[in-house]
Amino acid sequence: MVMQIFATSPKILNSVSHDFWPLLPEIFLLTAASVLLLIDAFSTDMDRKLSYKLAQFILLVTGVILLFQFPTSQDFLYHRHFIHDPLSATLKISMLVLTSLSLMFARPYILQRRILRGEYYLLHLFALLGMMVLVSGSSLLSLYLGLELMSLCLYALVAMNRREKLSSEAAVKYFVMGAIASGFILYGISFVYGVTGQIHVADIAAYLSDNEANLTLRFALVFIVTGLAFKFGAVPFQMWVPDVYQGAPTSTTVFLASAPKVAAFGLAIRVLVFAFAGAIADWQNLLIILSVLSMVVGNLVALAQTNIKRLLAYSAIAHIGYFLLGLIAGNTQGYSASLFYILTYAITTVGAFGCLIYMAKGQQEISQIDDLKGLGQRNPWAGLLVSFLFLSMAGLPPFVGFWAKLEVIKAVLNVDGLIWLALVAAFMSIIGLFYYLRVVKVIFFDKAKNEARIRAERSLRLGLGITSIAVIALGLFPTQLLDFCQKAFQYI
Amino acid sequence: MLTEIPILSLLIWVPLIGGFLVLFGPGDKQLVWSQRISFVISILIIFLSGWLLFLFDGSSGQMELVEFARWIPSLNINYSLGVDGIAVPLIVLTCFINLLVVIAAIGSIKFRRAQYFSATLVLTGLMNGVFVAQDAILFYVFWEAILIPMFLMIGVWGGANRIYATIKFFLFTFFGSIFMLVALIYMGSVIGSFNIADMQQMPLSMLEQTLIFTAFVAAFAVKIPMVPVHTWLPDAHVEAPTGGSVILAAIMLKMGGYGFLRFALPVTPDAASEYAWLLILFSLIAIAYIGFVALAQEDMKKLIAYSSIAHMGFVTLGTFIIFNLSSLDASSMALQGAMIQMISHGLISGAMFFSIGVLYDRVHSRNISDYGGVINSMPIFGALMMLFVLANAGLPGTSGFIGEFFVILSSFQADWRIALIAGTTLVLGAAYSLWLYKRVIFGKPLNDSIERLEDINIREKFILFSLAALIIALGIYPQPLIEIMQPSLEALLQLTDTKIAELNIEVAR
Repeated sequence: MVMQIFATSPKILNSVSHDFWPLLPEIFLLTAASVLLLIDAFSTDMDRKLSYKLAQFILLVTGVILLFQFPTSQDFLYHRHFIHDPLSATLKISMLVLTSLSLMFARPYILQRRILRGEYYLLHLFALLGMMVLVSGSSLLSLYLGLELMSLCLYALVAMNRREKLSSEAAVKYFVMGAIASGFILYGISFVYGVTGQIHVADIAAYLSDNEANLTLRFALVFIVTGLAFKFGAVPFQMWVPDVYQGAPTSTTVFLASAPKVAAFGLAIRVLVFAFAGAIADWQNLLIILSVLSMVVGNLVALAQTNIKRLLAYSAIAHIGYFLLGLIAGNTQGYSASLFYILTYAITTVGAFGCLIYMAKGQQEISQIDDLKGLGQRNPWAGLLVSFLFLSMAGLPPFVGFWAKLEVIKAVLNVDGLIWLALVAAFMSIIGLFYYLRVVKVIFFDKAKNEARIRAERSLRLGLGITSIAVIALGLFPTQLLDFCQKAFQYI
Repeated sequence: MLTEIPILSLLIWVPLIGGFLVLFGPGDKQLVWSQRISFVISILIIFLSGWLLFLFDGSSGQMELVEFARWIPSLNINYSLGVDGIAVPLIVLTCFINLLVVIAAIGSIKFRRAQYFSATLVLTGLMNGVFVAQDAILFYVFWEAILIPMFLMIGVWGGANRIYATIKFFLFTFFGSIFMLVALIYMGSVIGSFNIADMQQMPLSMLEQTLIFTAFVAAFAVKIPMVPVHTWLPDAHVEAPTGGSVILAAIMLKMGGYGFLRFALPVTPDAASEYAWLLILFSLIAIAYIGFVALAQEDMKKLIAYSSIAHMGFVTLGTFIIFNLSSLDASSMALQGAMIQMISHGLISGAMFFSIGVLYDRVHSRNISDYGGVINSMPIFGALMMLFVLANAGLPGTSGFIGEFFVILSSFQADWRIALIAGTTLVLGAAYSLWLYKRVIFGKPLNDSIERLEDINIREKFILFSLAALIIALGIYPQPLIEIMQPSLEALLQLTDTKIAELNIEVAR
C-alpha cells in the first residue's frame, strides 16, 4: 500500500524518503516472512524445525526494532495513512509477544498431527503483519487493509486441519461470518465517506467537531460497531465464537483468542475514538447494550458447557463484555483500562488454551472439562499454574485478572449514571466464578483417570510457565503494565 | 533499632513464603522437610506475634508500627500496614491457632501433607494481611485471596460432600465481597485515595452511605455469618478437615466482625445507625433460633457450626447495639464484649473442633449416635472436653462468659427485651453443649471399638491443654486484653459519633 503511494507520487517520495524508520518493523516483517516463505518452499525437513526457529527469530528482531523506535510523539505519516504513536507501538509489541507464545504452543501440537507446518508459521507472521498495519492505520482504508490481511490468514489457520470435519465446518463458519463482518465495516465506511467525503480518521473527527452527526452518519456508525462486535465476538454477534474455538485446531485457537482481540481493540480505538469522538454518545449506547448482553449471555451459557473449548469461548464472550466497559467510560482512563483488560486477558487465555495442548497426548485431544481430571495429582505444579490462569480469569486477587476487573469497574464508576453497569459486571462475575471454580475443582479434587505424569515438550512447559507466572507476577506488581497502558493513551 | 524491623510485613510474608518453601522439599524426604519447615515457621511467627505484643503500645488508640510503600502509584493504592488494639489480639490468635493446626495435621492428615501445610501457612499469612492492611484494596486482596487456599483445603482434604460445600463456601463469600469491592472502588475514586483512614474521614450523603453500608453488610454478614446468609457455614464446617474447620471458626469468621468494626461503623455510621435495628434483629434470630437449630443436630460438627453462628450473633449484637446506647461507656462496653467474644469464640470453637477431630481420627464418624461412653477409654480427653463444652455454654470463669455477659449487660441498657432474648443463649447454649457431651462422652461404651479407644497422645494433649489454659486465663483475668483494645475502641466510637454529628449538622442546614 505504502509502496503504491510512493510510486504514484514521486514528489511525496522525496519529502519522506528519509523517513522509513517508523515503518521499519512492518517492512522487515514482510521481507523476512517472504524470505522465510522461499526457504520453507525448498526445505526438505519434514519437521520444519528451521522454519519454526526462523519465525521466532523474525519475531524477536521485529520486537527489537519496535522497542528501538518506540515513539515519544504522535505522528501521522505517509499521506496520513499511517499513525506512529505510543498506542500503536504498545499494541504491536503485545501482539508480537502473543504471537510468539502462540507459536511456542503450536509447534508441538502441529508436529503430532499432520498439519502443514511451514505454512502454519508463515500465516502467523502474515496475520501479525496485518494486525500491525491495522493498529497503525489512521485512515479507514489502511485500517480495512490491515483487517483483511489479518482475517484472511486467520481463515486459513482455522482451516489448516482439513481432514477434521469440525475444523472444516468451523473454517467455513468463520469465513462467512468474518466476511459478513468485514462487509458491514466496509459498508459503514462507504457511508462515512459519502457523508463526510473523508477517509482519514483525523478529518472525520474534524468534520464531526464542526457538524452534528446526522442520521446517515449514525447509520454508518451502527454498521461499523456491528462489524467490530462481530470481530470481538460480542453478543448478539457471538454465534461463531464457540464453534470456531471448538473446531479450529487448538493451536490456532490459542492464537485466534489472543492477538486478534488486541488488534480489534486497536481498530475500535482508531475508529471510535480517533474518528468518531464527536459521536461518543451514540456509540456509547451501542456498546452498553453489547457489553451487558455479552456479560449476561456469555457467563450464563458458559455455565452449561461440558466442552472446555466451548467453555473458554463463552468465557471469552463474557470477557469482551467486561472489556467494553472501559471503552464505554469514554475517557483515557477508561481506554487504558480496556487496554489493560484485553492484554491481560489475552495472556491468560493463551495460557488456558495452551494448557489443553500441554495435556493432549499424541493424536488425542483434550476437549471435555473432565479430561482435565486429576491434573493436580499428575503434575501438581502444572495443576497449580493452570488454576492460577482460571482464577485470574475469574478476577480473583492476587492475580492480574483482578486488577483488570478493578480498572474497568473503576472506569465506569467514574461516569455519572453508569453505576448500575458496574453492579451488573460485579454480579455477573459471581456467576462467572462458578464455572472457573468448576475447572479448578476438576483439576484438583477429581481423581485422575490416568495417573501417569505428563511429559510435555520443553516449549509447552516454557509457554505455560511464562503465561501463568506472568499472571501472578503482574497480579502482585501491576504498576508497570498499568503505566505502560496509560502512556499508550497520552496523546488522546 | 528493634522497632525499625517491619514486624507486620514479617507476619504476612514469613508464613506466605514459608508456605511455598514447604513444597520445595528434596524428592524423597519431602514429608519430613515439609513437617520441619512448617513447624519452624509456625514457632517463628508465634515469636513474631509475641514481639508484636511487646512493641505495641496501644494507649493512643491510633495505628501503630505503620509501614508504607508505594504499590500502584497510578491508582494511589499503597502497601500500607498498621495495627491498633482491634487488630493485635486477632493477629496473636491467628498465629497461635496456626501452630495448633500444623501440629494437629502431623497426626491426622494422611495424604498430600506437604500441600496441606502449605495451604495452612499461606492462609495464616493472608489472614494476618487482612488484619494489618490499612489500604482498602490491599485489604480486599488479602480478603479474597484467602478463599483460594481455603477452597483447596476443603476440596482436597474434606469429607464426602466436600465439593458441594467448598464451592458453596466460595460463591457465598465472593457474592458478598464483590459488592464491597465496588463500594471501595467508588469511595476510592471519589476521594482519590484507598487509605482506610481517609475513607473513615470521608463525608458521605445518606444515600451513598446506605448503598455502601449494604455492600459492607453483604460482605461481612456472609463471612461472620449472620442469618439468613449463614447456610454455607454448616456445610463448609462439616466437610472441612479438622484444621480447616478450626481456621474457619477461629479466625475467618472473625474477619467479618473485624470488617464491621473497621469499615461499616466508621465509614458509614449514619446508615449503620439507621439500619442497626435490622442487624440487631438478625443477631437475635441467630442467638435464639439458631440455638434451637443446634439442639436438633445429629452431626457433631454441624452442631458446633450452628453454635458458632449463635455465638457470632453476640458479636454483631454488641457491634450494632451501640447505636441504641446513649453513653460512651456503655457503647465501649458493648464493643469490648463483641471483641472478647470474637477472641474467646476463636479459642472455644477451635478447641471444640479439635476435640471432634480427635474423636473423628479414631472412630471416623461425626454422628453423635456413633458415640457414647467415650469417657471410659479416654478420661483425660473427657475432662478437657468438659471444660470446652462448659466454656461453649458460657460458664463463668471461662472466656465464653465474659463476652456474652458484656454484650447482654450493655444491651440491657438499651432495651430489656433485647437482653432477654440474648439471654436465652445461656439456656440454649448449655442445653445443646451439655446434651452433646452427655451423648458422646457419658454412658456405657457403645461398642467394643469405643471401649478400646486410645486416650489423646502428646500432640493432642499439647493442643487441647494450651487452649484450655487460655480459655480459663481469659475467663478469670481478661483485663490485659481489655487494656489493649480499650483505647482503639473508644477512638472508633468517637470517630463514629463525630461523623454522625457532622451529617446531622449538614442535614439541618
